[in-house]
Amino acid sequence: MNGSLRRPLELVGIGLTALLAVIMIAFVGLEWLRGYGYAEGLYDQFIIFGQWMDVYLGTNVFSYGFMWRSVATAVLIGIVAPLVGTYLVHREMALIGETLAHTAFAGVAVGLLFTTTTDWDGSLLTAALVVGVLGALGVQWLTERTNTYGDVPIAIMLTGSFAVGTLIISYGRGLSGVNIEEYLFGSAAYVTTGGSQLMAVLSLVVVAIVAVTYKQLLFITFDEQAARVARLNVTWYNTLLIVMTAVVVVGAMQILGVILVAAMLVIPVAAASQISHSFRETLILSILFGQLSVLGGYGIAIHQGLPPGGSIVVAAIIIYLFAIFGSSQSISALSTH
Amino acid sequence: MNPAVAIENVTFAYGDKVAVRDVSLTIEKGDFLGLIGPNGSGKTTLLHLMLGLHSPDEGSIKLFGEPVSEFEHGERIGYVSQQATSRGGTMPVTVREAVTMGRFPHAGHSRLSDFDYEIVDDAIETVGITELADRRVNQLSGGQRQRAFIARALASEADLLALDEPTVGVDAESRDEFYRLLDSLNESGITVVLIEHDIGVVTDRADHIACINQELYHHGDTESFVESDALTEAYGTSGQVVHHHH
Repeated sequence: MNGSLRRPLELVGIGLTALLAVIMIAFVGLEWLRGYGYAEGLYDQFIIFGQWMDVYLGTNVFSYGFMWRSVATAVLIGIVAPLVGTYLVHREMALIGETLAHTAFAGVAVGLLFTTTTDWDGSLLTAALVVGVLGALGVQWLTERTNTYGDVPIAIMLTGSFAVGTLIISYGRGLSGVNIEEYLFGSAAYVTTGGSQLMAVLSLVVVAIVAVTYKQLLFITFDEQAARVARLNVTWYNTLLIVMTAVVVVGAMQILGVILVAAMLVIPVAAASQISHSFRETLILSILFGQLSVLGGYGIAIHQGLPPGGSIVVAAIIIYLFAIFGSSQSISALSTH
Repeated sequence: MNPAVAIENVTFAYGDKVAVRDVSLTIEKGDFLGLIGPNGSGKTTLLHLMLGLHSPDEGSIKLFGEPVSEFEHGERIGYVSQQATSRGGTMPVTVREAVTMGRFPHAGHSRLSDFDYEIVDDAIETVGITELADRRVNQLSGGQRQRAFIARALASEADLLALDEPTVGVDAESRDEFYRLLDSLNESGITVVLIEHDIGVVTDRADHIACINQELYHHGDTESFVESDALTEAYGTSGQVVHHHH
């Protein structure tokens, strides 16, 4: 693509993504504040707008609050997952997301056990969040001691936490009526108000943290040893990154499910890295590709009445293949000069 | 005046394996020290100890008069590792972005200023890679890439430059240019500590030489090193010595 056109296009794309995110967070906020002052009226306007969309698109989707909730969650996943993923992929920690998703699954299991055996009525996502963050700290502890983000500690954490999760669920089976498949494969219709609120809050927090620590995270990703010499607190930033990953994974699990959640951390970043000229551009393109995957995948899912997790990941992979094709084109164009 | 680096009776072991034994060494400001020794002699470990990447088991290390563990002025140290170990391999980072990292310890969490970017441009110009500034680091040749890392150290306004075999895999011509650059930086007042397996390069460029094999075999100016038997003692008869004749 023409270089002079590319940058403005990227900026427009990021601007539109940000606008979409703001609207979606506004929706979640309105739903949260329903019953207070103007929020009720504005919320109703949203739904009326959705009814018009349904009329024009010939769908039966946007008239419902729960679908907006789900779309809002997906749009935010499409931003924060590639954002955190850009650092993870280039730290060669691509599978950490998958590991933490399995840890969060153990958290869901623990939450289920608690809700059925005690009178604790917290959400399962809260339990997943707590256990996911503990798992993140555990992985960090293991890697500090084994001195590498090798795949051995990761494989141990991944299978170990899933094993514990299955044990707890089998133990508690019959005590609860919750369908565990929603967590394994994700679901469009299953995003609770609490879940969408969690996603909105964590998205704001993660974006703010990355904005503030962009430089430090970039430095430790690019050259950890030099960052240590420059007296950056590498352990602290590593811990911050891995805890943010756990938080994002728990939010994203709602739509994508435990098994597919790593895809959004990795595939858009892999596609962006193929064709980017700089790290900054990689971040921008990762988010754009993430957003395109989410919207495209959601479109297919709604149209065909399928769960969106799979279609989002397939859309991301299609973009990835285009990026590989695009980059081999530009390399062959370069080499003819 | 405090020396740039003061190492006193430092011993360091990886588990049971002693890498550095009772080494004392002072590097004055403005020195160009060549650190040599056979493979596995502990020279990289000693460099890492100086930079605070490891803590000594015994002894003390001071950087610019401060104990290294309390030394917080990361911007004063520039570090260029063997290029095989730095991660720039696959990551899409431009030369300018990599050099800008030198300003990060100055900026902390605040935004970089125009002044920071000016210093970055100057550093890139000093090492002569201005026309490569917008290229990805992984598209550069070995020599160009190491220049970019030197520029990062310059951007951070380091007054101590530590290099660990920076020219492994760099062609001879670029290597000579690279060492001319190091010379001129040293003349401008930057203290240089260089690990290099090519002893010819070290005796040509460095004004002081430290020869180690676990223990320190020699430390002094280059002439006294050439006249001494330190080389054969440290490397033994079976050791491999790379000589590079000019």
